[in-house]
Amino acid sequence: MTSQRKIHNVNVNLNLIAFYTIVRKEVIRVLRIWIQTIVPPAITMTLYFVIFGNLIGSRVGTMGGYSYMQFIAPGIIMMSVITNSYGNVVSSFFGAKFGGHIEEMLVSPMSNSAIILGHIAGGVLRGLLVGAMVTIIALSFTKLELKYPLITFSMVFLSSVVFSLAGFINALYARKFDDIAIIPTFVITPLTYLGGVFYSISLLPDFWQYASKFNPILYMVNAFRYGILGTSDIDIRYAYLVVCAFIVILFTLSFILLKRGVGIRD
Amino acid sequence: MSALSIKNLTKTYANGFLALKGIDLEVDVGGFYSLLGPNGAGKTTAIRIVCSLVEKSAGNIEVFGYNLATHPEEAKMNIGMVPQEVNFNTFDTPLNILVNQAGFYGIKRSIALQRAKKYLGELKLWDKKDDISRNLSGGMKRRLMIARALIHEPELLILDEPTAGVDIEIRRSMWKFLKDTNANGTTIILTTHYLEEAENLCRNIAIIDEGVIIENTRMIDLLKQLKQETFVLSLEDNLKKDSNLNEFSYTLIGGNQLEVLVDEDHSINDLFELLNREKIKVLSLRNKSNRLEELFMRLVHSKNDISKENS
Repeated sequence: MTSQRKIHNVNVNLNLIAFYTIVRKEVIRVLRIWIQTIVPPAITMTLYFVIFGNLIGSRVGTMGGYSYMQFIAPGIIMMSVITNSYGNVVSSFFGAKFGGHIEEMLVSPMSNSAIILGHIAGGVLRGLLVGAMVTIIALSFTKLELKYPLITFSMVFLSSVVFSLAGFINALYARKFDDIAIIPTFVITPLTYLGGVFYSISLLPDFWQYASKFNPILYMVNAFRYGILGTSDIDIRYAYLVVCAFIVILFTLSFILLKRGVGIRD
Repeated sequence: MSALSIKNLTKTYANGFLALKGIDLEVDVGGFYSLLGPNGAGKTTAIRIVCSLVEKSAGNIEVFGYNLATHPEEAKMNIGMVPQEVNFNTFDTPLNILVNQAGFYGIKRSIALQRAKKYLGELKLWDKKDDISRNLSGGMKRRLMIARALIHEPELLILDEPTAGVDIEIRRSMWKFLKDTNANGTTIILTTHYLEEAENLCRNIAIIDEGVIIENTRMIDLLKQLKQETFVLSLEDNLKKDSNLNEFSYTLIGGNQLEVLVDEDHSINDLFELLNREKIKVLSLRNKSNRLEELFMRLVHSKNDISKENS
């Protein structure tokens, strides 16, 4: 084995252990502060099912051939995955910046990719954990079939990656705690509500149907809904294209920002 | 090969402040080096650049022959850093902090646990391994940061004011630990405001002021530059009026305390011979101020005086 290949293998092992360390740390953090990470989405999503699904939904009737409760359930699950993936990475990474312990990673020889992927994995795991919990809650309100499991699982995973990356970029730029609340409040929440969680875009006037197609969350929600119910407002192939494009763009941006030390190095 | 080689290191911050003006520094393998300077001189900036926490504007850094820019993994693997401010997760336990840090260096968990036990034990923190770190005392937090910096067993340990704000007992135990660490082969660079600490621990010294290294030499050579020293002597009895100590310049304080200036033409033996002749009994003797402190003040002030004259 050449010495160069040896160094390469050492670096691969180093980065794998470093990646695993970040993921382990993130999972322990999520479970340690479960009252902040697991309980709030469970309560919020239960209220959505009770108010929108049960009380209002019973008057709405069917949508896309399904009861209103069945129609909104995939969207609510996806909404919880999106917000929790984003929230986990932005709060954890900004917390590390704010507390200074980001320096523990910066002084170490681990690669920038390992730092990004470790935090993304943490965000995805929390998103999926909360998503699974909200699914269990949804099943206590309505019956859900899994028409296309591969589409369902791949879309929830990829969407979670997209928003974990977005959270990472937000955390890099954030200078104070207010900065990590701005994007969720003014961007993610409006896009989620306008992303077809509670309605089919076929109900909208033509202009707003067209405008909705610029909202990436629409593609995620509809592809996920398609995986569970088999109904969607958009072509699933476009959904994969949009989500994968976002992953490539956001990962590249995260990598460049981290390499340049934006928000973390003077 | 040097443990650390810095060449023409320059740093200009985004606000235009020129923190480092092309400094050069060579630290020998196994050395115990002190980097001194007034507040804002550029010590911390230099250290943080070496530890990849601040981007350099220009210059070259090599750690045990590895260029930090082209071989960052190998260079970083050899550096352990103890920062000025507490920068660990204060909600985590000392054991987790150490094991996680080891993980960032690619050290397996089983080995990390063994090393954590070793270093927490040596720094007398093993009993606190499962406590929440924010509840540790100031001295314990400092020792935890030293343990964390050593968990990957680096060849070069850099400490930025490691004993700031800790009591003298802990400070001395930390000195002993650092001396032992250095004796075991680890090269150490230390910044401190306690000049007594630098004098006691370090064999080499660099003084940095306004982003420029104004002195870089062996401690012993620097101390030789001291042309005169003031000693404070406590006398058994009050000094008699007819005592003749005019050979030395002195001040009498409170009747039985003498402050004597010993210049380069005299030795302390000369002083004691004179005191014996005059039948003056001395109870104790000490330096009025730390020798290094006097030199430090002189070097920094003389540089500032030259700058003023030039301007």
